[in-house]
Amino acid sequence: MIKKIYFQSIFFSFLFSMEAFSAESGGMPQLNPEFWISQIFWLTLTFGILYLVLSKLILPKISTNLESRKSQILENIEAAEKQREDSETKLKDYEEIISKSRLAAKTIFNQGREKALKDINAKREVLDKQIDDEIVKAEQEIKILRESAPDKINKIAIETSSELVQKLIGAEINNSSISAIVDDLSKRNGDKYYGN
Amino acid sequence: MAANPMTQFNVYRIGPEVKVGAFDISFTNASLFMIISSVAILLIFSFGSKKNSLLPNKIQLLAELSYTFVSKMISDTAGSKAKPYFAFIFSLFMFVLFCNMFGMIPYTFTVTSHIIVTFVLAAFIFIGVTVIGFMKHGFSYLKLFVPSGVPAVLLPLIVVIEIISYLSRPVSLSVRLFANMMAGHTMMKVFGGFVISLGIVGGWLPLSFSVALTGLEILVAFLQAYVFAILTCIYLNDALNLHH
Repeated sequence: MIKKIYFQSIFFSFLFSMEAFSAESGGMPQLNPEFWISQIFWLTLTFGILYLVLSKLILPKISTNLESRKSQILENIEAAEKQREDSETKLKDYEEIISKSRLAAKTIFNQGREKALKDINAKREVLDKQIDDEIVKAEQEIKILRESAPDKINKIAIETSSELVQKLIGAEINNSSISAIVDDLSKRNGDKYYGN
Repeated sequence: MAANPMTQFNVYRIGPEVKVGAFDISFTNASLFMIISSVAILLIFSFGSKKNSLLPNKIQLLAELSYTFVSKMISDTAGSKAKPYFAFIFSLFMFVLFCNMFGMIPYTFTVTSHIIVTFVLAAFIFIGVTVIGFMKHGFSYLKLFVPSGVPAVLLPLIVVIEIISYLSRPVSLSVRLFANMMAGHTMMKVFGGFVISLGIVGGWLPLSFSVALTGLEILVAFLQAYVFAILTCIYLNDALNLHH
C-alpha cells in the first residue's frame, strides 16, 4: 500500500512537472489517441492468437504430460508395492521351507542315531558273545593244560631223574620205582606249585 | 536537462501507414513488442511441452511449474468451476508478465505501460465476467449488489456503493497495472538522467538507486502480472459462485 502511494505520488509529481518542459510532445504519450486503434487491433490480434495456440495446442499437451507423469509415478509405486508384497510372501515361504527342512533334518538325524545305536548294540552283543565263547574255550584249554601239566611234569621229572641217576651212578633203575618217588614228592609239593 | 523521461512511452509507426476505413492500424513499436512477447511465450511453452520425459528438463520444468502455479492460483481463488477459463487466465498472466519483463530490457517498449492496452484487457475481463455471471445465475446475479445481513436502512447506500465498486473494476484493474509500469519506468529513466547530469562525482548515488530500482521493478513486473491475474480470478469467482 505504501509502495503504491509512493509510486503514485511520484507518478503524479511527474505528471505535473512534465507538463512544464514537455509541452511540445503533448505530455503523456499514453493519452495521445493517435495509435489507440492500432494498439487495440494489435493487442486483440496477438493476444487472440496467443490464447488460441495456448488453449488448443500447448496447454492440453502440458496437462496430459503432467497427468501421464502422475499416473506413471502412481503405477510405479503400485508395482513397487506389489513387488514388495511378493517378496514378503516369498520370504515367508522361504522361512517355512527352512523351518520344515530343519525339522526334517532333525528327524533324519534322530532316526540315523537310533539306527546306529541299535546296530552298535547288536554288534556289541554279537562280539560279547564271541568273546565269551573265546573266553570259555580258552578257559577250557587252560583247564585241560592245567590238568595235564602235573602228569607231564611228572613224566619229565621221572625221565630226567632216571637219566640223572644213570649218569651219576651208571646204573639203570627201574622207572616204576622213580615214578613212585616222583609221585610221592609231587603230591607232597603239588600244593606249593599249583596253588589249587 | 536529460532526455524527457516520457519519450520512452512514445508509440511510433514502423513501416508504412495502414488504414482500414477511418482506422489507423499501422504496425508500431507497441505491436512489435506484443508480437515479441507472444512469440516468446509460445516458444517457451511449445518447447516445454514437446517431450514428455519422466524427469523433465529445464524448459519443461519451467513450463510445468508455470502451469501448476496458475492452475493452483485459479483453484485457490475461484474454485473448480473456473477450470474452463484456465487457458484464458494463463494466457493473460503470461502475456502481461512477458510484456512487463520485456519492458525491463533497456531500449525496449513496455506494452503494459499504455492505458489503452491495459484498459482493453480489463474491459474485456469485466464484460466477460458480467456475461458469465448473468449466464450462470440469470437476474439473480444482481444479488451481488445486495450483501446479505445488511440492515434495511443502510441497504440503498450499500447497493449504490456496490454498483459503483463493481463498475469501477475495469478502471482500477487497468490503471493499477498501467500506473505501476509507467511510474517505475519513469523513475528509472529519471535516476538514469541524474547519473548523467551529476557526472562522475555525484552520479554514484543515483546509479546505486537505479540498480536497486531495477531489482524492485522486476519484482513489480512479476507482482503486477500476478495481481492482474488474481483479480481476474476473484472477479470470475464472484460470477461463478454467488456468495452474497
